[in-house]
Amino acid sequence: MTTTREFGVVGKPLARVDAVTKVTGRAIYADDMLLPRTLHCRILRSPHPHARILSIDTSAARRIPGVQAVITGADLPIKFGILPVTQDERALEHEKVRYVGDPIAAVAAIEEEIAAAAIDAISVEYEVLDPVMSIEDALAAPRDERIQDYGGPNNIHKLVALEFGDVDAGFERADHIREDVFFFQGNTHLPMEQHSAIATYVDGRITLWSSTQVVHYVHRALAKVLELPMNRIRVIGAAHGGGFGGKTDPFAHEIIVCKLAMMTGRPVKCTLTREEVFYAHRGRHPVLMWVRTGATRDGQITAMHFRTALDGGAYGSYGVASTFYTGALQTVTYDIPAYRFEGCRVFTNKPPCGPKRGHGTPQPRFALELNLEKISHELGIDPVDLKQRNFVKPMTRTVNWLRVTSCGLDECTERVMTASNYRRRERRPGHGMGFAISSYLSGAGTAIYWNDMPHSEVQIKVDRGGVTAYCGAMDIGQGSDSVLAMIVAEELGLQPADVRLVTADTDTTPIDLGSYSSRVTFMAGNAAIEAARKMRGMVVEAAAAKMGCDTSAVEVRGGRIGDFTFEEASVLAEARFGTLTSAGSYTPPKLAGPYKGSGVGPSPAYSYSACVVDLDADARTGLVHVNKIWIAHDVGRAINPLLVEGQVEGSVYMGLGEALMEEQAFRKGLHKWPSMLEYKSPTFVDMPEVETFIVETDDPEGPYGAKEAGQGPLLPVPPAVCSAVYDALGVWIDEVPVTPEKIVEALRRKEKGEPGRFGPTRFPAIPYPPTIKVEPPPRDLPSAAPAAI
Amino acid sequence: MLRLPRFKYLRPKTATEAARMAAEFGPRAMFVAGGTDLFPKLKRRQFEVEALIGLDFLPRQIHGGSTDCVVDAGVTLAAASSDNHLIESFAGYAEASGQVSSPPLRNAGTVGGNLCVDTRCNYYDMTYEWRKAAGFCMKKDGDICLVAPSSPRCWAVSSSDTAPMAIALDGVVSLTGPDGERELPVSALYRDDGMDYMAKQPTEVITSLRLPADSATRTAYVKLRRRGSIDFPIAGAAVALQFEGDTVMRCRIVLSAVASYPLEATAAEEFLKGRKVDAETIRETADIAAKPAKPLDNADLSHFWRKRMVRVVVEQALQRATTRNQGSTVKLLGRQPD
Repeated sequence: MTTTREFGVVGKPLARVDAVTKVTGRAIYADDMLLPRTLHCRILRSPHPHARILSIDTSAARRIPGVQAVITGADLPIKFGILPVTQDERALEHEKVRYVGDPIAAVAAIEEEIAAAAIDAISVEYEVLDPVMSIEDALAAPRDERIQDYGGPNNIHKLVALEFGDVDAGFERADHIREDVFFFQGNTHLPMEQHSAIATYVDGRITLWSSTQVVHYVHRALAKVLELPMNRIRVIGAAHGGGFGGKTDPFAHEIIVCKLAMMTGRPVKCTLTREEVFYAHRGRHPVLMWVRTGATRDGQITAMHFRTALDGGAYGSYGVASTFYTGALQTVTYDIPAYRFEGCRVFTNKPPCGPKRGHGTPQPRFALELNLEKISHELGIDPVDLKQRNFVKPMTRTVNWLRVTSCGLDECTERVMTASNYRRRERRPGHGMGFAISSYLSGAGTAIYWNDMPHSEVQIKVDRGGVTAYCGAMDIGQGSDSVLAMIVAEELGLQPADVRLVTADTDTTPIDLGSYSSRVTFMAGNAAIEAARKMRGMVVEAAAAKMGCDTSAVEVRGGRIGDFTFEEASVLAEARFGTLTSAGSYTPPKLAGPYKGSGVGPSPAYSYSACVVDLDADARTGLVHVNKIWIAHDVGRAINPLLVEGQVEGSVYMGLGEALMEEQAFRKGLHKWPSMLEYKSPTFVDMPEVETFIVETDDPEGPYGAKEAGQGPLLPVPPAVCSAVYDALGVWIDEVPVTPEKIVEALRRKEKGEPGRFGPTRFPAIPYPPTIKVEPPPRDLPSAAPAAI
Repeated sequence: MLRLPRFKYLRPKTATEAARMAAEFGPRAMFVAGGTDLFPKLKRRQFEVEALIGLDFLPRQIHGGSTDCVVDAGVTLAAASSDNHLIESFAGYAEASGQVSSPPLRNAGTVGGNLCVDTRCNYYDMTYEWRKAAGFCMKKDGDICLVAPSSPRCWAVSSSDTAPMAIALDGVVSLTGPDGERELPVSALYRDDGMDYMAKQPTEVITSLRLPADSATRTAYVKLRRRGSIDFPIAGAAVALQFEGDTVMRCRIVLSAVASYPLEATAAEEFLKGRKVDAETIRETADIAAKPAKPLDNADLSHFWRKRMVRVVVEQALQRATTRNQGSTVKLLGRQPD
């Protein structure tokens, strides 16, 4: 799909199509919706991290005037979950609660205050069980009972052991071997907009407006739990105030408002409190990691063994996928000839973890970058040189069967090296610079549930009123609507404002799997190109017939089709063909390797990033001041460079928060600070200057060569911060967040003659299953490439 | 989402009328000025009232001049932080006002309100639901202290940025009660009790803050917090120094956020008086000042680190006060607001 022609709108930094409605407050978010007779819903949540429910008495709540309905788990007993293999959640739990915040009962009332009072009037009798609050605890025998009744032994949820190539031989070949243990603390998405949903039940049909990233998966879950055919449920994505992965599961409150609407016959709305958003969570897994890497004297990696232990919280969510992701993408940046991965996810009595920007990969990226950094110091090689020597090459396959097509690692590295002057940086105590790289998927190569259908579909209609594009894709603030409009406009010679969009509505739009795994530009974009080119073909054919020339002589640009305006040409085409509609779809090439678990990791293309952080760190206080960040991102092609820069800088911001302060901390079984004041995330004044470089490698399969931009640029920030702290003070902080107290403690240890380091010291013994040994593929791509290339 | 409970909003026209309303309602009513701390606490049911008594009648002038400066209690923190007279004559006070929370909240929050701001504790500043799950504490709805369960008292932390500075400046507040007016030094406005932290009568309205002209020639406030904006202090130092030649004649050092009231470092003040200020003296003074600070595990970051940082904020405040207007700049903690 590579094209060399000049673009009309692609590549231009145009304002988002929804910019004006968003900044003037006219966009309608789910919580803005107030339909006639709307009831308000509040949810009773568990005050205990782990308990059996003995009884629930809702009689007092039902007697409160204004209360219209009260439901408990008995009303919604069917279990659901985002992954088919872990259908372990109930919208309301009536048998057992597994974290503080687990939903138990829900009330619909004429006012939200009444609903809140009714919730407080529900009395629940519990048998309190011993809570499991850490990875170590979860690996041990439970003192009372297991959190979930599947998985095991003990509170282990999932175990994985894979080996690609001969790892033992690789280590034997190494001149130098280094082992490290790292910890990446869990953190949460912190979207500006809390989750919100409103449902109606009219003529036997449910309509749900929700702040979700995945209208299709919510649609499926509702059908299952409410026992309704999908054609009687309509899910519409309301204007979206940010997801970052936190609105990628079907959620209890979405099911609850539908059920309450069915029971009362009135619209029912539920907007979570900020505290409840911290419980809904599904954020970054806390991950303990052990990595062993072998390298030759000149820094060539010979083998790597990587172990992870994920603190999953109380339910499955995306956890099985997250576990595989902690081992999948190590090979996509560095050429690792032999690789063993052992992963483990445990259940704990905390809000369930799932996908947050970078899903399961920022944690291993942190460990990998710092492990290589340390090896390079020991070998006396500049860390940038050592990493560069091991960069993967374009058009290759990795040892774990991942297909790498375009790859701009070298160019990204050169850009940030030159701009930051890293190699000639000012050397003084307290000042440091750090470098790291990363890669991320442009869409997961496989769907969440097994099927052979397209992952994204676009329909285009042209009539007297103009062009309308229909697509299930949900704009969650990343700008996917703008990208769709630009692509359709590009193909039809129009401007984005000429294209009407209908998106994220299961009744009116064809499917798109959702806004997750950085898939929308790549997948919906390719589907839009296909649909738009078919439409262009019809309009051009009609124009050519009227002009009496060959279709190849009809120019499409500047709002004109040959001799005609677009409107004139579309009238000709409608007269010639009847109703003008076209459709396009995108199905990713089959890329998974020949082993169980190979569905996680493959992507039609990988983005690449390189980053340099410049900071001052104070030895006395441990306070860190980030001066500047340079980041280069290989996006393949920037369809809209303004949006790409926004995504890159937003990722840097989020990465910096994770590196320096964000933390899902628990105390006495409770989330320690479920509020935006106490959970620290950087403010405007904490944000340093960021210089962004867009690198274009023109991916062979991306729309106009484009790849992802929304997640990958987060990944190099935390390790680059830690490298810079080491550069400044000579101590390693082997866990995030890098708080001042950890720096002070590492310096104290160093002064005492102990290793100048703060971080975990050991990786627990985990009963990994026998390793599945996988023969590596031919590494040269052309001989192994699927037909798609 | 969290909703405000229902309450009556009363609009008195004078401070006396406001005080009489407060007397009539007793603990079922509270005064509200900017409301930036009060409204979130109503939503979290930390405060439960029938009525709020609006103080928007309070004047909003800063009466500067060659003698004392009188700041009306209704002056916003934003106005106080940008007032030229305050910046020139009471720099530390302007500085403290400018470091409270964030710009939008300083546009609403007032000088009087920040003096009265509730003490804080991360077992207390939570929603009703959270506190119910954790077990209620003695400051609201419960009977024990969750930070120090064996303690008979509440250890919530004084979190005003401007109160320590007002004390260091010998500030005096004017109070209007139901039956008359009186003045009270700010240093006498607080009690060492996380719950009953104010020494004024609950019916008394603070109408103004008077800063005596001779209270300081050099002042500074240094605040420690995790981020450059929004956060309450987790340690802070307000200093006011008067010199004769190079010698310190008068000195007040008051710490924020390390006790249930603004903690005056009296031993350090005694030490510094009569000495010349140099790096060594500053270090020693800060060491002495930090001793009485006893942060507990009820605010951001670890209390060990916070304790260690008290010395640093005092040092920086002394450095900043002594070098201000001398062309030398002290690099302050963390990232400061631009």
